[in-house]
Amino acid sequence: MTAPLLDVQNLVKHYPGRPPVRAVDGVSLTIAAGQTLGLVGESGSGKSTLGRTVLRLQEPTAGRVLFESEDVFALARGPLRALRRRMQIVFQDPYSSLNPRMTVGRTLREPLEIHHLAAPAQMEARVAALLDEVGLDAAFAARYPHELSGGQRQRVGIARALSVEPRFIVCDEPVSALDVSVQAQVLNLLADLQQKRRLTYLFIAHDLAVVRHIADQVAVMYLGRIVERAPAAAIYSGPRHPYTRALLSAVPDPNPRAARVRIVLSGDIPSPAHPPSGCPFHPRCPHPKKNDRCRTEAPALRVVSGNPAHFAACHFAEQPM
Amino acid sequence: MTEPLLRVRDLQTYFVTERGSGTARAVDGVSFDLYPGETLGIVGESGCGKTVTSLSILRLIPEPPGHIRPGSLIEFEGRNLLTLAPAELRAIRGNQIAMVFQEPMTSLNPVFTVGDQIAEAAIIHQHLSRKAARARAIEMLTLVGIPDPAETVDHYPHQLSGGMRQRVMIAMALVCHPKVLIADEPTTALDVTIQAQILELLDRLQAELGMSVLLITHDLGVVAGQADRVVVMYAGQVVETAATTELFDRPLHPYTEGLMAAVPRIDAPKSRLQAIPGQVPAATAWPSGCRFHPRCPHAWTKCANEEPPLLEGGDGDHTARCWLVQEPGRRKPRPETE
Repeated sequence: MTAPLLDVQNLVKHYPGRPPVRAVDGVSLTIAAGQTLGLVGESGSGKSTLGRTVLRLQEPTAGRVLFESEDVFALARGPLRALRRRMQIVFQDPYSSLNPRMTVGRTLREPLEIHHLAAPAQMEARVAALLDEVGLDAAFAARYPHELSGGQRQRVGIARALSVEPRFIVCDEPVSALDVSVQAQVLNLLADLQQKRRLTYLFIAHDLAVVRHIADQVAVMYLGRIVERAPAAAIYSGPRHPYTRALLSAVPDPNPRAARVRIVLSGDIPSPAHPPSGCPFHPRCPHPKKNDRCRTEAPALRVVSGNPAHFAACHFAEQPM
Repeated sequence: MTEPLLRVRDLQTYFVTERGSGTARAVDGVSFDLYPGETLGIVGESGCGKTVTSLSILRLIPEPPGHIRPGSLIEFEGRNLLTLAPAELRAIRGNQIAMVFQEPMTSLNPVFTVGDQIAEAAIIHQHLSRKAARARAIEMLTLVGIPDPAETVDHYPHQLSGGMRQRVMIAMALVCHPKVLIADEPTTALDVTIQAQILELLDRLQAELGMSVLLITHDLGVVAGQADRVVVMYAGQVVETAATTELFDRPLHPYTEGLMAAVPRIDAPKSRLQAIPGQVPAATAWPSGCRFHPRCPHAWTKCANEEPPLLEGGDGDHTARCWLVQEPGRRKPRPETE
């Protein structure tokens, strides 16, 4: 098998404090070229921190990230800037991530100029081509972000990420702020672009149904750790970690006849500054086999259910719930 | 059939926009009934007018720039809320009709304890003493499932998590045992596991207290699980109403159909979604004819020229604002792929 495009090894990101906030607490994952890894979690799970640290938009506390076999955290400024051309990010809120005083055209020209990707004479045509690729008319180049709808802004955010012709894009909740009809347009656009440009995505979302439509692999995060990781089909049809099971059961089903077996978790997500001992999920875990071991011994992420690609971090992942 | 508790007829709430781009007809002739004990879902996307509708019921629309137009009727137990004197309205608001908002942090006052905020309505409306009101607040916190209610009663909102704050909001709304609870996107700001807790709580409280719930949401999944009947809004109008199962089994309006097809589903394999082309028009310039016609896959000339009324289609109380109800032959088959 070829080396993965992205290889995250035991990544740790703590924010200083007393005690420190353990936002990402030892995460390992790989993404193969052309694939989408859906990274799912609730607020405070560390999923956005993970996405940003992978791109070195913030410095890690420990761990390694290899991108096309290059050590991202070991690069000096110059090579890092060159690497940034190949790794891009699309943010959740396209309003706060676009400069309100810059026209769409200028927003898209800037990265082309910085990376010397187009001669001044070609610039206008390149901007028009980028807009066309995300489904916007060339006339949008003259508009300001406040003149655009949420969906149009997100298309501009995607066009900006595409402008430097990256191989890998972190999509950080790219459709969470959008209405459902527009959300579908943007998800389809991301899928089309992936096909056309052979892009690799780390797709961060709190919505498991959205992830279902775009991801090949899914990783579920809870309190800075991955608690389950598997091919999408396996995790949706046979979730093994009690947290994943609860998450899936909690997604409101747009079918009024659905037999509703909602696993309602008690309590809130603990603070990542005070993660529980042992398994971080144990205080909320509804698993009938839960015992003292869960309170003292953190379960390792291990192969479960005989599928070598299905991992879960639960002592009782094989037991029915 | 029983009398509705709340009747909304031809509600028109308009806003005068700042930059002179005209009048925003945010809610433009909305009618529906809310019956005792039922949950009525109002579903729609941003800008459809669902929140303005809910705020209009309690006359919480800031005036100016907004105003509820003459001719609108909001009748609660036989009285038109729109013509009540301020004191009469205050006796109903927060007492017989209460409201829960989307964002519990901005809706709670940060400088008062949650106990004080829950007790306030009981002191005003039911003339409880401070001591009795405090006991009532603790009782309400217990009812909504807050751990250690006797302690939490003295906490400030910032000391609580988002889910706990929403429980406090619900306790505040229910302290006077209202007949109608208006819940405007009550779980939208919450994580999915916390959303599940709040939805369970609303279910339980409705069963225990027997109130009617007007549930405003953008989420078809939430509607499917909670509502008895559904009102679908688009561009300031009601475009379809039906019992929940009927609506999901047989959506009549192409917008409803489009929304259902656009919702990502957890039980579908990796696939393209059916998107609705285009975007919601601006409230200052609704399209002519049927307001959905520029985005509608079935539209023909009549749709651009003549605005359809709500037409009866199918069983009983199923209505849709669409000419296809009269001319079903014009419905085009859904394309296999887009």
